[in-house]
Amino acid sequence: MKLREIAHSRTGDKGNISNVSLIVFNEEDYRLIEEKVTTKVVKEWFKDIVHGEVKRYELPKLGALNFVMDKALGGGVTRSLALDKHGKSLSAALLEMEI
Amino acid sequence: MKTIRIGSGAGYAGDRLEPAVELMEKGNLDYIIFECLAERTIAIAQEEKLKNPDKGYNGLLEYRMDKVLPLCVEKKVKVITNMGAANPQSAAIVIKKMAEEKGIKGLKIAAVLGDDIYDKIDKYMDYDVLELDAKLKDIKDQVISANVYIGADGVVEALKNGADIVVTGRIADPALVLGPILYEFGWDSEDHEKIGKGIMIGHLLECAGQITGGYFADPGYKDVPELWKLGFPIAEINENGEVVITKVDGSGGTVTTQTCKEQLIYEIHDLTAYVTPDGIADYSDVTMEQIGLDRVEIKGATGKKKPDTLKVSMGYRDCYIGEGEMSYGGSGAYERAKLAGEIVKKRLEYTGVNIEEFRIDYIGINSLYKDQISDAMIRERSVCKEVRLRVSGRTAERMDAVKIGNEVEALYTNGPAGGGGATQGVKEIVSIASIFIPREDIKIEVNYEEA
Repeated sequence: MKLREIAHSRTGDKGNISNVSLIVFNEEDYRLIEEKVTTKVVKEWFKDIVHGEVKRYELPKLGALNFVMDKALGGGVTRSLALDKHGKSLSAALLEMEI
Repeated sequence: MKTIRIGSGAGYAGDRLEPAVELMEKGNLDYIIFECLAERTIAIAQEEKLKNPDKGYNGLLEYRMDKVLPLCVEKKVKVITNMGAANPQSAAIVIKKMAEEKGIKGLKIAAVLGDDIYDKIDKYMDYDVLELDAKLKDIKDQVISANVYIGADGVVEALKNGADIVVTGRIADPALVLGPILYEFGWDSEDHEKIGKGIMIGHLLECAGQITGGYFADPGYKDVPELWKLGFPIAEINENGEVVITKVDGSGGTVTTQTCKEQLIYEIHDLTAYVTPDGIADYSDVTMEQIGLDRVEIKGATGKKKPDTLKVSMGYRDCYIGEGEMSYGGSGAYERAKLAGEIVKKRLEYTGVNIEEFRIDYIGINSLYKDQISDAMIRERSVCKEVRLRVSGRTAERMDAVKIGNEVEALYTNGPAGGGGATQGVKEIVSIASIFIPREDIKIEVNYEEA
């Protein structure tokens, strides 16, 4: 199953750091993403793009996780050579992950 | 219990105007905010101010105020905005003149000053720059602007003195909303829990349409009604800091716990510590409840005391980026685009172009996600019948950047078959770097213009 079936996501950017939320549609699925979507699998999924540490913050009351990925934006919005300088499309990439 | 209504009329510098007009006309608002200042915007505005001391405010100020000023008076909605950018004083004077031209009398416009510390950065030369492994003195000759993220104090002072319109420069985005909340409810600036709630409300509103269904729609998964006429949000805030997010009846978009959750986490790192000049908000106990159509009640934010230091955002001349693009179509499109990319790379090496960082993208294949994720999504690259080659590189010298695009264009007569639609460009890059300075170094001043 792709994460997209059970969750939605939005990316934010600050400097060279990207944060990607992962929010379940139904609260009963929170434990599943909490168990399956670890910092390890997220770091592995984004290894071509994210060159720093991945941290995970949990919001069980909202059924949400927040992944904060360091060195993820090619030096930051101003100097990145990427087409998507803000990393806005990273949320859609996370939702492509199979669990 | 006393309740106030604050609307959000812009989420970025170039945002639409008519949803803001709709909010002012039909939203029964007490205040409207216009958040129009990205990190880099102020550096660019500062350059405009250097060329013309009367400029450096938001380029759409006059366009917006033409519609906003009459409604501000007619509907008694106070306006708070960072459209002052690098020059709040000039912005206030422009607004005053526009009001006079429209025959509007009795309007008080406040300019909040004190965020611009460009003239004072010499004393911080030994400070560490957050984004770079460097001290400020290492980039001092490149720095073109230095603005401190200030808090809500100046806005509160302006409202206490009867301002109808408050124009700021580099204020923390949530402070545009926290200002009127603090003024209306008289919360103690040491009441960290309430301040945390106010910061959260500001954070929810600051991107305007992003909480009413903008940047949210995903057909079949997250449907949004009438996204084309997206309405902007209203926060109904009570004196305990509890809030309901809603929008104007009949406007497009949607307000649900889902839209609110996406916005709550947007651009946040540690959810227990969202640092702003006014306090550190903690969202870890936040709960949301759908209490009606397009009405979400949000509770449970708390906070900690304000930080001792303030962030200074500095624009500096950084580098050049050169780009070139070319499209390939039909069978073998990816293979030909790849050959073209290899040719450009070798040519740039062969002719000795000095490039600090280089990147080749195949748009339609791997330009967003590089190879690993692209491979997982697209099993067979050769089935792609349209591929756009994109080559980009960062250089210290403009001429080197120009050569990158030139090499792509030269593929027309020297590259693989059937390439089309070459484009090229060079951009001078102004980047952002930050230092943190003691809070006591900053003095806020509020000037008033009266129409």
